[in-house]
Amino acid sequence: MSDQLKNAEEYTSGTSRRSFLKQSSLITAIALAPNAVVKAAEEGLDEKIAAAIEQMPLNVTINGVKQNLKIEPRVTLLDLLRERLQLTGTKKGCDHGQCGACTVHIDGQRVNSCLTLAVTTEGKQVTTIEGLAHGEELHPMQQAFLDHDGFQCGYCTPGQIMSAVCCIREGHADSPEEIREYMSGNICRCGAYSNIVDAIMDVKQGGKKV
Amino acid sequence: MNQFTYTRVSTKDTAIAALAKDKTAMFLAGGTNLIDLMKSGVTSPERLVDINALPLATIEETKTGLRIGALAKNSVVAEDKLILKHFPLLSQALSAGASPQLRNMATVGGNMMQRTRCHYFYDLALPCNKRQPGRGCGALGGFNRMHAIFGTSELCIAVHPSDMCVALTALDATVLIAGPKGERTIPFGEFHRLPGTTPEKDNTLQRGELIMAVDIPFNKLADHAHYLKVRDRASYAFALVSVGAALDISGGNIREARLAMGGVAHKPWRLTEAEAVLKGQPATEDTFRKAAEAAMKGARSFGGNDFKLTLAPNTIVEALKTASGRV
Ligand SMILES: Cc1cc2nc3c(=O)[nH]c(=O)nc-3n(C[C@H](O)[C@H](O)[C@H](O)COP(=O)(O)OP(=O)(O)OC[C@H]3O[C@@H](n4cnc5c(N)ncnc54)[C@H](O)[C@@H]3O)c2cc1C
Ligand code: FES
Ligand code: FES
Repeated sequence: MSDQLKNAEEYTSGTSRRSFLKQSSLITAIALAPNAVVKAAEEGLDEKIAAAIEQMPLNVTINGVKQNLKIEPRVTLLDLLRERLQLTGTKKGCDHGQCGACTVHIDGQRVNSCLTLAVTTEGKQVTTIEGLAHGEELHPMQQAFLDHDGFQCGYCTPGQIMSAVCCIREGHADSPEEIREYMSGNICRCGAYSNIVDAIMDVKQGGKKV
Repeated sequence: MNQFTYTRVSTKDTAIAALAKDKTAMFLAGGTNLIDLMKSGVTSPERLVDINALPLATIEETKTGLRIGALAKNSVVAEDKLILKHFPLLSQALSAGASPQLRNMATVGGNMMQRTRCHYFYDLALPCNKRQPGRGCGALGGFNRMHAIFGTSELCIAVHPSDMCVALTALDATVLIAGPKGERTIPFGEFHRLPGTTPEKDNTLQRGELIMAVDIPFNKLADHAHYLKVRDRASYAFALVSVGAALDISGGNIREARLAMGGVAHKPWRLTEAEAVLKGQPATEDTFRKAAEAAMKGARSFGGNDFKLTLAPNTIVEALKTASGRV
């Protein structure tokens, strides 16, 4: 069991979130009586104080960079990326898992970052569209989307590209039909689908490592 | 989303204890349904107990079948070699659900516990007895295209949206559950329930209980299995009607049949009467049609979903044709 997990379990052994708050170092930093703070929060008097005391440590590697953060548990990975780390390549479309615009990789697997709580990425590797290229050299999938006009407005594109990379890695890009099925989690309102399929087929057949 | 406290647990006992201590706490698995519901304000737990570190993600062969851990990801189960060999119906059903990204996150336990996609349930401004007992059912006289045709009550006509659960119902799975009072096992078909007078209850899991695993007994149905899902677009949509069919055929005759439907009831709908019609009969379209007729006894529609009375039997016949190889 990692230390992180042990710590987290200690939080559980305290009966309630109130005792968790008392253990939190932040509380001491704020130097307010916990009860008063909690009461204020409950009465909605000061959302900001409440938010501050609910923060949790988060250690996560994003695009190869180790991040040591403190965040509220209710922050999604998508909002952490966009609002806190200014990694705005990852897009928010629906915020409910229905469009795929927010697709990123966690430990190499494609997921919807809008339905992922950031705190659940503790100790993991996150890759976003910003982390795909090697320096100035575009990732083969990025290049293929350019070559095949795999977009119009471009809003869905980061999600499409992140998803497409995994579509090939998972072994689900052997035919246009298979690609359509395994790319169905990414909606494109501009309807660039046929060019997207061409781009993915191109990368797959080119045999370059994705 | 409301504020909440987040806790990680790594053992069954700490997980169960965490829920016992805090009456508003809920387990967090893949989060694909729970976070969605919290964003919509339908569910507002004060504590989330993250169970992802529990050692419940394996798929193992037992003496009598396969045991799938509650935390096994939907994508992993769908592509697992043992599952593909013994229970292709389950693999097909999982692959027909949600999207590749969501399946990478979604777990078996979470899939069983996912709540209805009824619009009235999701929209806080509209009446829904499931969300708010006593408020009335908006779907009854409203938009009910997606809704149930079997086992409805005057209080609720919502459907259970899972594809995976249709296959597990057909395959005679059982559910292993752990709670404050120890472990228990129940047949999969008894896990979900009909709405009756308490539509707020989706299933028979008691508060504070943890789904540990699902067991599927070995059978002879793997060579003739098909999951057919009919929906508004070709992929990434919930079922209007789906059918899981698995047959044991020898010399053109059906020795055993397993049939269940999705998108038609508050629970995955097992078609026992249709199975009895199929048993011992030649695997022909005529037999399939008779089975579909038997399956539709007692069906009742509500206006928007009248088409399901025709779509459902046709889907049963098509699924059986494909399963039997008589396309
Ligand atoms: C856009 C979209 C499309 C979808 N399309 C489909 C589809 O076509 N077909 C389909 O079948 N599904 C579909 N789904 C639903 C998806 O399959 C479920 O959201 C998913 O299976 C839930 O699993 P999870 O692990 O993410 O659960 P979570 O969201 O983590 O949890 C869901 C519930 O289960 C409880 N829970 C989780 N694990 C356990 C456990 N071990 N014991 C007790 N309680 C537990 C949680 O407390 C919570 O109440 C779709 C979802 C979305 C967002
Ligand atoms: S923003 Fe996440 S799926 Fe639409
Ligand atoms: S390019 Fe505009 S949404 Fe896809």
